[in-house]
Amino acid sequence: MTRSIPLEKMLKDAILAYGQDGEAIRPEQGYPLRLILPGWEGNTHIKGLRRLELSDKPFMTREETSKYTDLMPNGKARQFSFEMEAKSVITFPSGEMKLPGPGFYNISGLAWSARGRVQSVDVSIDGGKTWYPARLDTVPEPISTVRFSFPWSWNGESAACYRAAAPMKPGYLQPDTRTTDGDRGANGPFGSVYHLNAIQSWAVAADGSVSNVHA
Amino acid sequence: MRKICWGRSLPERCARPRCMRSGRRRKHHMASALPHVRRSLRRSLASLQTGPDCHRAAETPRRGATVYADKCAACHGKQLEGNPAKGIGGDKLLGGRGTLASKTPIKTVESYWPYATTLFDYVKRSMPFNAPGSLSDEEVYSVVAYILSEAKIITPVEKMDATTLPKVVMPNRDGFEPDPRPEVQLYR
Repeated sequence: MTRSIPLEKMLKDAILAYGQDGEAIRPEQGYPLRLILPGWEGNTHIKGLRRLELSDKPFMTREETSKYTDLMPNGKARQFSFEMEAKSVITFPSGEMKLPGPGFYNISGLAWSARGRVQSVDVSIDGGKTWYPARLDTVPEPISTVRFSFPWSWNGESAACYRAAAPMKPGYLQPDTRTTDGDRGANGPFGSVYHLNAIQSWAVAADGSVSNVHA
Repeated sequence: MRKICWGRSLPERCARPRCMRSGRRRKHHMASALPHVRRSLRRSLASLQTGPDCHRAAETPRRGATVYADKCAACHGKQLEGNPAKGIGGDKLLGGRGTLASKTPIKTVESYWPYATTLFDYVKRSMPFNAPGSLSDEEVYSVVAYILSEAKIITPVEKMDATTLPKVVMPNRDGFEPDPRPEVQLYR
């Protein structure tokens, strides 16, 4: 991977990481050295960093031209889309888990944003028709994850679809997949997947198994 | 006496490289005759000092066809059609022009890549997959010329080098736009 990163970002808050949680970063995380660009698309966080080169313009490498670009419905591709807006994911109950039966479950997840602090998180348990405020379990810090939770009682019906959205001040609303598909295009198997901060939904089947749904 | 290791086995040293211009075998530049060694060193240093743009040996698609067959076809296919099989995953290199605005866009070097020089850069550093960095600049120029020629972006006799490659205008040269975010409709 070779990427061109604006010097402004490198001087502002870029990190060359050699350790995490008291140990050297692991091979799958980019040992021995990894570039971390807070708030930016993960594909710019170069693993196994070999060298830094300065240039007065982008290098237009394979990754930043032919790969990590989002092709729009009009045939033009968006390039250099770095900053990820509000994003959230429910980590419990989530994909490949199986609920043992109807009853109480404390939905829990993470929300984060490249633009300041996550102000609040909303959870829907009916596929996005109604939304309820979730509890923020940790202190929201800029460009950091915040843990949220929401008490939920599953009545045993299949297709209960639950999701979380992270609305942001000053008023950024995390989009659903229909909105991102409409704005950014979904043409082809790789349509707009690189800059995808859409709301992510889980569905639970009658037997309690949880799976990802594009809804 | 210590034996000097030149880093190559004897048979390799005997297969002397051909001169790019005349096609004749070069003199045995690794021989112990000092003047030859000195001349060879001078040449290497001169090329280092002039930077990566010093390779004047222009390469044609014809020579690239051989390099492609040897080094690339196993994954990218004899017709540059790619091979998506698991464990191979060679990208399709040709076709797809006019499909980018459709529901099933085909992104290839021919249809999507905006710069020809990116092809040199990527092949030079990352290909072939099993031995990245093993191709000489001449081999890379030739195989880049071959791909561009098969894509009908250059003619089969056009030579590619540090001067001509940056001048190649790719079909999707103007297909990229800087990200226009933030999407204001998502703010309320």
